[in-house]
Order: sequence, then structure tokens, then C-alpha cells
Amino acid sequence: MGMTTSDPISARGVSMISARGVGVDLEGATVLDDVSLDVVPGELLVLVGPNGAGKSTLLGVLSGERRPSRGTVTLDGRELGGIRHAELARLRSVLTQENAVSFPFLVAEVVAMGRSPWARLPEGRDDIAVVEEAMDATDITHLAARRYTQLSGGEKARVSLARVLAQQTPVIFLDEPTASLDLRHQEDVMRVGRRMADEGRAVVVVLHDLSLASAYADRLALVSGGRLEALGSPAEVLTAERVERVYGLPVDLHLVAGRPVVVPRRA
Amino acid sequence: MNRARRAVILSVTLAVLLVGGVIASAVVGQLPISPAEVVGSVLRAAGIQNPWAPDDQIVESTLWVVRFPRIAMGLAVGAALAVAGAVMQAIFGNPLAEPGVVGVSSGGAFGASVAIVLGLTAFGSGTIAVFAFAGGLLATLLVYFVSRANGRTEVVTLLLTGIAVNAFAGAGLAFLLFVADSGGREQIVFWQLGSLNGSRWVEVAIVIGVTAVGTAAAIILGRRYDILSLGERNARHLGVNVEVLRIGSIVLVALLTGVAVAFCGIIAFVGLVVPHVIRMTIGPAHRPLIIASAFGGAALIVLADLLARSVVVGADLPIGLLTSLIGGPFFFFLLFRQRKRSGGWA
Repeated sequence: MGMTTSDPISARGVSMISARGVGVDLEGATVLDDVSLDVVPGELLVLVGPNGAGKSTLLGVLSGERRPSRGTVTLDGRELGGIRHAELARLRSVLTQENAVSFPFLVAEVVAMGRSPWARLPEGRDDIAVVEEAMDATDITHLAARRYTQLSGGEKARVSLARVLAQQTPVIFLDEPTASLDLRHQEDVMRVGRRMADEGRAVVVVLHDLSLASAYADRLALVSGGRLEALGSPAEVLTAERVERVYGLPVDLHLVAGRPVVVPRRA
Repeated sequence: MNRARRAVILSVTLAVLLVGGVIASAVVGQLPISPAEVVGSVLRAAGIQNPWAPDDQIVESTLWVVRFPRIAMGLAVGAALAVAGAVMQAIFGNPLAEPGVVGVSSGGAFGASVAIVLGLTAFGSGTIAVFAFAGGLLATLLVYFVSRANGRTEVVTLLLTGIAVNAFAGAGLAFLLFVADSGGREQIVFWQLGSLNGSRWVEVAIVIGVTAVGTAAAIILGRRYDILSLGERNARHLGVNVEVLRIGSIVLVALLTGVAVAFCGIIAFVGLVVPHVIRMTIGPAHRPLIIASAFGGAALIVLADLLARSVVVGADLPIGLLTSLIGGPFFFFLLFRQRKRSGGWA
């Protein structure tokens, strides 16, 4: 089915997350079918694809939120379903698109909640430093004493990201972290993701912006119609022919610093 | 003013209200007793002989048979209702959830009335309490599962569900009133209005026991409630077993509300007003919120009961009437404030 699988990584056998033949059925319909992929430490993998392609479902399966109907997912060699809630929270963190907080907690308090999986453990001792670092990385230090419920959408998104960073897990999932952010903060967020990967974490991000994905990702996974359409470096995955076919829109591709930038062909 | 300083001020205020309320409640009544006599009597009971202790047997029995159990009951019930309110708001992720508003209290009163009318004694003298608890639990479960969608409860849905549950329990109560004999009828009316009158030490002991255990459990779960306010999915990603927390908390709310309703009837709005005022003062972190709510609820009920039995000379007003009198306008205020701020809760 025209899959680009230059995948030297899984051969190395050090993958943090490993999905094999994963499928998900929802109300009789197959929303994800036969997806296999690996994510290794130090890698930023971006899931891209049209609306309703199954990106979020795939992210849910990889992060252990959704149990696959078929196939297996392992985290650090262990079956995901067999890891207890509390321990899983020390292995992987997830930035969801749900940013609402029910009560007017202060921003610093919300970020500190990211430390809760480490409570009563030796790692919990440097909570304050970790929280400060996470707020610094997401440019929200000046908001620390504000009430979360009074922030703008973009500010909330960054606070949520800081909370996820404060969780300090070897695996990080970000579901559309740049939605509702302005240009600069989009770049900031992706830079943070890039840095997390460079520090040796495995980072999986769902993005809509192909050019942004291409600029920061080590590899792209293009999901279409519930199947893995292509997996590889941005230059391998993003060909004009493939993007046009998957998105149903003619595009021009330009190379900027060796990475493809996707521009829709406008009349 | 920061939250730490407000916390100190709140603690002092609550302590003054609590101690003042207790002493005033012991002093005020048809038989006036001086504060010195009250203190003296308590000291003597603790084994310390002192010159203030009253010699009059009537004073002594008024204190120990009538006023003290009533005060102790007020403290325990107030704490139970306020903590139940705080827990309910935490699991619904909604500041308007309250046992009285959403119908848990009327569910409890309905359960108690069933036991009264049918003359059930399956659980001995505790039968009515057990039925009150069962009714409260059933109502909580019903409200919870009907009004939640996508892990949150919208205010409109919650209030509409509350209306439905209250209407249903109200109809049941009306039917029971209709079929009951005059003795049962009187008891049911008592349940609907709420009163601390005639509290006995045996009952007080039960309520204190349940309240202490329930409040301790709520305090232990406090951190998890904080995380739950990030929404169910986020809480799960942070390692909270949301399903277990949810069910455990529902039982907790039903227990606390049920035991209060079983012995004192419906005392509404305590669980709404108290956690709200405290949240506005020291912020929403649940451990301090729950602890302060317990004290705040205790103080509110003791003072409300003092008012209930002294505002009309020679009459004992139902305390549920008074708390609703305070709570109703407060509810309006909350609605108004929220609408102005964010155009509603949804």
C-alpha cells in the first residue's frame, strides 16, 4: 500500500514504545487498522494526517488511554495494559486538548500537580526546582500567581504543557500542543518538544501543520483512513504526490534548510 | 492579601465563632445559665472540682441532657454536611453540587420516611438511619450517572437532575404522609423541616463517629480531588484511579449526608455556602478546604440552631428553614456572579 518504511530504528531494539498490528474498532467501524511503529528514546515523532484519520485514536492507544481491539502496545518492553495507573504516570505524560480546570487554582499549583505521581518518592524532593524549570521552559513564570481560570486560551495551553513537563517522564505525548497558540509560542512549544527529545526522552506529537511538523520532527507518521500511510523522515514522507492524494488538495513543496515546507496551491 | 494570611485570619475567625457559638448555645435558653456555670459544670465532669460548678440539679440536667447533646449534634451534623458538599463539588467538578440542591437529602428523608411508615425494624433502632443512608446513596448515584457527560457535569444538567430527584422524592414523601398515621406524619414533617431538637447522646455518638471517619477519608483523598479538577482524562494520566475515587466518594457523600438526615432531617445549603466561602478565602486546594469546611459547617449550624431556638420566644424554629433562608439568596448571588463573569458555567 505504498508505505515508506525506512525504519532502521526498530532494528536497534531499544524502542521505548512498540506497537504491533494495532487496530481499533468503534461502534462496528474500524477507525485504526494494522498500525505498527516504534518510538525510541531521543526521538521526536510527529503524527500527521487529515481530520478523522485516526491520529488521536493512535495517540490514545500508544499512551495507554485506549485499549486496542487488536494488536499489542508495549512501553519499555512491558505490555501497556499490565502497568498500574500510578506507575504509568511516572513512565509517560500526556498533554490532552482538555484545558479546563474546575476550580480557581493558581497557575503554580496547577503546574505542581504534574509532580503528584512522584509524591512520597525520592524524586519528589526537588519538586519546587522542577516546577520552576517547567514554567520557565514554557514562558509562564510571570503567570505563577495568577488564577488559572482567568487565563487566555493560549496561556492555559502553555500552563498545561508546563504541567506535563513537570511530570518528568521518559515518554511524552502531546495532542495538538500548538492549537490556539500564536506563531511565536507555536515555535516555542515545538522547541521545548525538540529539547525533551534531545535530552533522551521519546516524544510523540500530533500536529496539523505539516510545515511545523517537518521542521521539528525526526520522523513523521502520516495516518490516513485509519492506516499508517507512510513513516519516515519528513523529506521521505512529505512528497507532493502523497500529500495531494491524502489531503485531496494540490500542494507545492519547498525545501527550507533541507526540510519540506508545504504550501497549498491557491488559484 | 495572600492566601496564607487569609488562612490565618479564617482560622482565628472560625475558632472564635465556634467557641463563642458553643458557649452562647449553652447559656441561652428558657432557663438562663451563666457562662461560669457552664464552664464549671464541664470542668467537674472532667474530674476537676471548682467553685463555679452549679449545685442546682435542674441546671445540671438542662446542660447535660438537653443543651450539650444538641450542641454536639449541631457541630457534628454541620461538619458532615459541609464536608459532603466539598466532596460532592470535587467529584462533580462543579461548585454548585450540594446534597440538598441535587436531592441527596430528600432521597435520605424519603428513605427514612419509608422506614417510619412501614414500621420497619430490620436493623433495630438504627433502621431509620440505615434507610436514610440507602435513600441518600440511591439519589447520589442517580444524579451522578444521569447528569455526567464526558467526565464533567454541566450546571444546567445537574440542576435539572436535582429538580427531578427532588420532585420524585417529594412525591414519595407526600404519598407516605398521606398513608401514615398521625404519629408517623409528625415524624415525616420533622424530617422535611430539619431540627436538632431532642438530640440524644446515643445518636450524637453515631453522628460523630461517621463524621470523623468520613472527614478523615475526605482529607486523605484531598490531593486526588485537586488533580481531578484538571478533568477526568488528565487526572487519569496523572495516575489517579478515577473510577475508584468516584465510587468511593459517592459512598462518602451518601454516608455523611445520610447520617445527618437520619437524625436531624433536611438541613439544606450548608454544603453549598460553607465550602464556597472558604474557597473564596483560602483558595480551592482540597485538604485545607475540607478541614476548614468541617469547622465552618460546625460553626454555622451551632449558630443557626442558636438562632432557631431564640429568635421567637418560647418557640423552636426548624433549623432547615433558617439555613435555606441564608442559602437561597447565596445561591442567587453565586448564579449572578458566575453569569456576569463568564456567561454561565457550561
